[in-house]
Amino acid sequence: MTFQEISSFSQSWGAVFLMTMFIIAVAYALWPSNKEKFDNAAKSLLDEE
Amino acid sequence: MKLLNKHAVFEKNSILLLVGILIMVSIGGLVEIVPLFYLENTIEKVEGVRPYTPLELAGRNIYIREGCYTCHSQMIRSTRDEVERYGHYSLAAESMYDHPFLWGSKRNGPDLARVGNKYSDDWHREHLKAPSSVVPETIMPGYPFLAETKLAYENIGLDIKTNQMIGVPYTDEQVENAVEDLKAQLDENSDGYDAFMERYPSAQVRDFDGNPREITELDALIAYLQMLGTLVDFSIYDESENNR
Amino acid sequence: MTYQNNPPVVSRLSQSITTICLAVGIILALLIAGKTSSAAMQFHAFILIATFFAGIVALFNLGGRINDSNHKPSPSGVYYNNTIVKYGVIASCFWGLAGFIVGDVLAWELAFPVLNMDMPWTNFGRLRPLHTSAVIFAFGGNVLIATSFYVVQRTCKARLAGEIAPWFVFWGYQLFIVLAATGYLLGITQSKEYAEPEWYVDLWLTIVWVVYLLVFLGTIWRRKEPHIYVANWFYLAFIVTIAMLHLVNNATLPISLVEPKSYTLFAGVQDALTQWWYGHNAVGFFLTAGFLAIMYYFVPKRAERPIYSYRLSIVHFWSLIFLYIWAGPHHLHYTALPDWAQTLGMTFSVMLWMPSWGGMINGLMTLSGAWDKLRTDPVLKMLVVSVAFYGMSTFEGPLMSIKAVNGLSHYTDWTIGHVHSGALGWVAYVSFGALYCLTPWLWGRKGLYSLKLVNIHFWVSTVGILLYICAMWVSGIMQGLMWRAYTDLGFLEYSFVETVAAMQPYYIIRAIGGLLFIVGSLVMVYNLWRTILGHTAGEQSPENISKAIAAQALGE
Repeated sequence: MTFQEISSFSQSWGAVFLMTMFIIAVAYALWPSNKEKFDNAAKSLLDEE
Repeated sequence: MKLLNKHAVFEKNSILLLVGILIMVSIGGLVEIVPLFYLENTIEKVEGVRPYTPLELAGRNIYIREGCYTCHSQMIRSTRDEVERYGHYSLAAESMYDHPFLWGSKRNGPDLARVGNKYSDDWHREHLKAPSSVVPETIMPGYPFLAETKLAYENIGLDIKTNQMIGVPYTDEQVENAVEDLKAQLDENSDGYDAFMERYPSAQVRDFDGNPREITELDALIAYLQMLGTLVDFSIYDESENNR
Repeated sequence: MTYQNNPPVVSRLSQSITTICLAVGIILALLIAGKTSSAAMQFHAFILIATFFAGIVALFNLGGRINDSNHKPSPSGVYYNNTIVKYGVIASCFWGLAGFIVGDVLAWELAFPVLNMDMPWTNFGRLRPLHTSAVIFAFGGNVLIATSFYVVQRTCKARLAGEIAPWFVFWGYQLFIVLAATGYLLGITQSKEYAEPEWYVDLWLTIVWVVYLLVFLGTIWRRKEPHIYVANWFYLAFIVTIAMLHLVNNATLPISLVEPKSYTLFAGVQDALTQWWYGHNAVGFFLTAGFLAIMYYFVPKRAERPIYSYRLSIVHFWSLIFLYIWAGPHHLHYTALPDWAQTLGMTFSVMLWMPSWGGMINGLMTLSGAWDKLRTDPVLKMLVVSVAFYGMSTFEGPLMSIKAVNGLSHYTDWTIGHVHSGALGWVAYVSFGALYCLTPWLWGRKGLYSLKLVNIHFWVSTVGILLYICAMWVSGIMQGLMWRAYTDLGFLEYSFVETVAAMQPYYIIRAIGGLLFIVGSLVMVYNLWRTILGHTAGEQSPENISKAIAAQALGE
């Protein structure tokens, strides 16, 4: 394993991985069917004692 | 049964979350730290770096105990002013036997990576006892108790042995003779001197604290300070061989 | 699932098992006390014996108290464990004051070195880890444990899992603090910053931490709703990641099982990167993720409005934990760490700015439409200013991680100033806000003893923080510039000690700033104490004030 191999691997696949992770997180956050669940969670904080 | 199923969903969610977190936080560490152990050019190939003598190691442990690293770095960065102020920038190889590393993070006082042989033992004795007696503007506390405290070296063999177990290239002979070697480094005329010099060829031998009657913590600390940064001969070191 | 709606019971079995474990602990400690050559470790063994013995006594007392007492459920029928959170609030106040005072003593020592008194246990080198551990782990840790135990119960609408386990976590953690702190003073340290305790103290913390994780997870498993509120995500990330960092960075080999000294498995450059991977993520997951959990619960709760964007909080969470873990190498710019690792650390540190500000916006915008509350509620003001400080230091951080900037700032007081704008402005303020909220809630008081005193606390300590960080900006940048200043002839202009002498005025200003911060904290502790006693200063409540303002606006 040389430095060149590691850096080219991380510069290509690392960036792809990073973007994928980000897209998954954003998709989960924006997924329409999750909206109700999230709204409830945000509001339910205020009604417990 | 229905309750049980529902419970499973709850646990699955939290375990999923837990696993997700673990994956996310492992990646950075794995990618950054693991290659340091495998990439050959992480640590330069240089001559001269050797494991600490028992006395130096005891001194290093006093340096750690008193928290010297909270105010003094041992890492000369590769910038013009640092190299001019402190000497050649620090190589990874120079701390390859340092368990733990002592690079430091703050300079309330100057860098000590190459303090070895810059000042006399006398200077160090006075300075450690009452720093402002030699450097009036200093903010360093005094350590008068080091000269008055006998060095506890009964366990130094265990220290050397443990270092050997975690990869420092001490020989079995060096492990077995740790206590004799510690004493021999303080006295050129001792019986163990020749054997000691054979085991640690470049070591400095003398009574560091100026008090031949006792082996004190000051002996050990000055022995450590006086060897810092002296192992590599930079007049023959070829930078271009170690381009990282 | 009806078990959580029954009054809590301590089972005989778990009592017996815990007793056996503590008894085994006593025997082990006795063995160590008898065999060790280190007086300090012997002292620690005696502390362990005394604590374990007290633990056995307390265990049966606890069983009696819980099983006999008449528990009252909350209106929704849940038997919340409030007592442990009360203990956490008091412990946080105690350790906070202790840590702040030691910090200010250090500040005065730097200004006037004679204050070191040249004794081992009063010198800067041994006191400095005492300060950092006391504020981060003792104060911050107790705030995190207390608030996490409170928040996870309320958001899951379930009683804390276990009856003995939470108490083991609380007292076990205090024991860890005492062992670590006394160890530093007696010269027991492994010298890795923010991970100074030696192997046996690390081992003890590991046991406590695993139980903490189980209590937290166990409570989540008791929840009624399928979704886990986002504050708990941050708490979970904090607990799990700290466990991982702690285990890897403290991988050492002791020279003997009865001696305190150990040697780290890694050496030199590998040890350095492991340390700063740990060190920076102690900031990221202990001082950031954990306290963001506090923000995500207490800011909406106090403002009585849901979080600005729950979706943003999810993106915030995942991007923050993913990016943070890479940032460590920015502590090692221009050192013997290979360049590729330095560049990687810098890149991720700069990227980290984005999720950090996402979180800040989420916290601040929660108040949109309710900004007037800042006028009437000083507790909310404290919480909001903490988020603003978070924004400031998470802008400064990425800036300082850029190699060219770091070349100047590293090794200087600029770093110290940066750390304290985060530690005092963000961590301490958000903690104070949480403590001000929790005390009346837990002790069943209508409100705090005095909101005026909260306001005084806020202003006194804010002036303190500003003095502190401004002094460190000036001294840090000045010293950095002096180190690299050249004369016309091309020689270095200043000797090192000249740059030290130039620092003194700023060290005095900093120490005064710290003193003001302590005064503010004392005001808080007094206020909380009177609140616990059930006193009121007879001031107008914020509700009354806002009613009066509304009445005025209506022309009444």
